[in-house]
Amino acid sequence: MDLFNFKKPEHFFVTGEPMIYMADVLIVLTMLGIVFVLTYYKKWRWLWDEWLTTVDHKKIGIMYLISAVLMLFRGGVDAVLMRTQLALPNLKFLNAQHYNEIFTTHGTIMIIFMAMPFIFGLMNIAVPLQIGARDVAFPALNALSFWLFAAGALLFNISFVIGGSPDAGWTSYTPLAGNELDPGPGENYYLLGLQISGIGTLMSGINFLVTILKMRAPGMKLMKMPMFTWSTLITSIIIIFAFPVLTVALALLTMDRLFGAHFFTIAGDGMPMLWANLFWIWGHPEVYIVILPAFGIFSEVISTFARKRLFGYSAMVYSMVAISALSFVVWVHHFFTMGSGPWINSLFSITTMLISIPTGVKIFNWLFTLYKGRIRFTTPMLWTLAFIPTFLVGGITGVMLASAPADYQYHNSYFLISHFHYTLIGGTVFACFAGLIYWWPKMFGFKLNERLGKWSFWIFIIGFNLCFIPMYLIGLKGMPRRIYTYPAGLGWGTWNMIETIGAYLMGIGFAIFVYCIIYSIRHGERDTTGDPWDGRTLEWSTSSPAPEYNFARIPQVNEIDAFWYRKRNKAMKVEESKPLKPIHMPNKTGLPVILSIFMFIAGFGFVFEWHLIGIIGLLGVLGCLAWRSLHEDKGFYIPVDIIQQTEAKWKKVSARGKSITS
Amino acid sequence: MANPSQVDTSKPLEYQSEDGKLKILGIWAFLGAEIVLFATLFATYLSLHGQTAGGPTSQDLFEVKEFMIETILLLTSSFTCGLAVMEMRKGSKKGYLCWMLVTLLLGLGFLVMEINEFATYVSEGAGLSRSAFLSAFFALVGTHGAHVTLGIGWVLLVLYQVYKQGFTPVTARKAFITGLYWHFLDVVWIFIFTAVYLLGMVS
Amino acid sequence: MEHPNTLKKHIFGFLWSLILTFAALLITLRTNLPLGWKVTIIVTLAFFQLIIQLLYFMHLTEGDSKWIQVVNIVYGLFVAIVTVAGSIWIMLYNTMTH
Ligand code: HEM
Ligand SMILES: [Cu+2]
Repeated sequence: MDLFNFKKPEHFFVTGEPMIYMADVLIVLTMLGIVFVLTYYKKWRWLWDEWLTTVDHKKIGIMYLISAVLMLFRGGVDAVLMRTQLALPNLKFLNAQHYNEIFTTHGTIMIIFMAMPFIFGLMNIAVPLQIGARDVAFPALNALSFWLFAAGALLFNISFVIGGSPDAGWTSYTPLAGNELDPGPGENYYLLGLQISGIGTLMSGINFLVTILKMRAPGMKLMKMPMFTWSTLITSIIIIFAFPVLTVALALLTMDRLFGAHFFTIAGDGMPMLWANLFWIWGHPEVYIVILPAFGIFSEVISTFARKRLFGYSAMVYSMVAISALSFVVWVHHFFTMGSGPWINSLFSITTMLISIPTGVKIFNWLFTLYKGRIRFTTPMLWTLAFIPTFLVGGITGVMLASAPADYQYHNSYFLISHFHYTLIGGTVFACFAGLIYWWPKMFGFKLNERLGKWSFWIFIIGFNLCFIPMYLIGLKGMPRRIYTYPAGLGWGTWNMIETIGAYLMGIGFAIFVYCIIYSIRHGERDTTGDPWDGRTLEWSTSSPAPEYNFARIPQVNEIDAFWYRKRNKAMKVEESKPLKPIHMPNKTGLPVILSIFMFIAGFGFVFEWHLIGIIGLLGVLGCLAWRSLHEDKGFYIPVDIIQQTEAKWKKVSARGKSITS
Repeated sequence: MANPSQVDTSKPLEYQSEDGKLKILGIWAFLGAEIVLFATLFATYLSLHGQTAGGPTSQDLFEVKEFMIETILLLTSSFTCGLAVMEMRKGSKKGYLCWMLVTLLLGLGFLVMEINEFATYVSEGAGLSRSAFLSAFFALVGTHGAHVTLGIGWVLLVLYQVYKQGFTPVTARKAFITGLYWHFLDVVWIFIFTAVYLLGMVS
Repeated sequence: MEHPNTLKKHIFGFLWSLILTFAALLITLRTNLPLGWKVTIIVTLAFFQLIIQLLYFMHLTEGDSKWIQVVNIVYGLFVAIVTVAGSIWIMLYNTMTH
């Protein structure tokens, strides 16, 4: 290791691709545009005070969601590029290398930098409000989680203009991802980008665990928590015990690549398969990390819009608890075909099939909740109703894959691709749309336009099925995943064309959704009551958007769906007669941003093996931590008169709103 | 964030404020994650233990006397750290500071021996890049060593604050948490002692 | 709050950890037990030490959240054991690679 070696990679800026030049130009223009707008409207101070240094969970949630939607766009562009290349046999739109890079960044971004922040965004928005808390347990740590995620995402994303993108798949299997076969910064970007954001994820896991366990409103026993909160709790547990495995696996591969270690190399007696093993010990729990909160969102949406209490509440909870344990004992099903032998494969086949039982229980619970409900077909509800059959298909094909001998046929074919898109899109992405639309009024004080929302829903759903049903078929016809082109005459051509059309439709659906947001900012129905959907849980009992302190008085909880009953038995009135007290709140801090900048610098240094820069970055991080230890935040109080003013303003608007509608 | 100034005086100082309770639970959750972090390193080491690429094996390298002294140093430091926290609960600032300094010295002694051990291996040609076995050895034992190093720095920061401010709910909580962390590192070492050094002597 | 026997508890814990450490050392180096036995015994001893540290030094069962703390550690150990045992099984005892 030579500290002062600043060797320049062959191409620092990626060259030779017209698309990348276009991207370069776009990036520069966008950045100039942002700087111009901020300067022209004198918004720098506002940006720093209101957003960059905030520790308010609601604002952090919004920042997560903005990043997630941006990443959904980036990952979606990748997807459309791939589908364009595969539309017809023998196309030359992308070359093999470019195609490899694109499927790698697509997979990584969608799981790590889209699904995860989307879910964290919704958790941040909803969970503290649902449990009647004023913030999370560690607000500054929460901000740090976000900024570390942002630093990791930024690092990963600049790879395509500086240094070159990773190209060994989102699973980054060795030896392909090792130094001999894949030198250069690309894979380093993968390793360090994921490492940095992964640390942030782990902290979020701890934060939400403590928040949910210790900060619930009085009377809210564990078995009275809203289902989304339950799913967040279970997810946090899985995060805490799964993410360290990823941290280590990434660190070991980084040592292989940067410092000549031999964990996963063939030289030096390393074991390439060990990577697959470690990756999936994290990887399978990870798929449950992104699906359980989705289940939680659907549960909220179903019971709100079926106007019924969730059927089988405790069965829901126990099935999630079962999933959290089972998710750690199934990982081998991702590499049955590496030949672990009959005993190992059999055992993991069985555990894998077992995990579909609690999942099935949940499906029945949702169906029974719908049964005899007075259903309102709002957009969140449409996404939820579409989820049930879609996820069923994903789950059943999962059980098919779980049979080890059969998996020798399906593995690494388009059948597998379709399985996980049915679960990840049909589960997680549908839930992200449903949750975003559902909680949107709580975040911004107005509803998204329903008509546009429904258009985007239908177009997306049709596109989705057009795209992925044929994948099952051509998978069974033998089309392998991760190929950049294929010859004519295999019977795949037509289906591929249909898939591509489906992919474009999904793109259009997304575009309509974005338009819906822009349209609704001006024309969306304002929510003056704080309770636009006739909701059941506590987040709807405060104003929209919720005030900084969330609740003027911490609510008392007696039942599941606390707010639903409080609305009916006038408990609100009793509560409002209680005197107000000054509210203690945490101070803003710039430290999370600064620490994350140092982390970014460290990551960037190590990507190019400029170890001196890497070490300087890490020292900066340590310095920030030490500084924090010496400067304990004592917080501040919001005085009663300010609370009174805020509450009175809301009451006035809300009263006017009521008189208009009734 | 819970209000750090609301206190419940029937409990030990570090548990008195709501904020202290939250942070102590947070650190337990963190230690849960650390268990898995080290378990992954153990899994890697045990899988790669026989992969020596014709280079030195664990039996060639490990010295009983060396690793026994390291073990005793760390075990004792965990004991003195426990005594320090006990003194803190009695409210004795001096007792806490003294025992913690002993703890730090023992920890430092451990670190010096470990660095020396690593340097010896490297000078014998048994460095990180020699074989998969050695990569895994340095990763596991080195990660523990890095934790001890960070732990020393962290304890120093806390000692300074206790020295300056005495025991408040905040400093007591910090002292308690660093204590937990230190004991935890001892626990990890016991498993390194068992799975790396002892097993390395016989297989 | 301070129990008078805390000091005793600490000394007790320390002595036991020394005894267990040396027992493990002697069993490994000075006996002729088969390897499988040795491994089983010394790993068991290590777990005993873990329990001693958790209970006597780390006050695991103290505070309002003691149950959460216990479940948390047990869960962590569950995942740890699955990870270590599973990886060894998969990497070293599979019938195909090697
Ligand atoms: C009923 C429950 C499920 C079962 C039985 C199941 C089973 C499987 C099996 C056996 C494989 C490996 C197939 C192969 O590589 O040949 C697999 C792959 C995969 N599954 Fe599932 N699965 C289930 C649910 C889910 C869920 C809920 C998600 C995500 C939200 C998911 C995401 C994935 C992903 C991403 C892959 C492929 C990763 C890759 O190779 O790139 N699965 N599933
Ligand atoms: Cu899986």
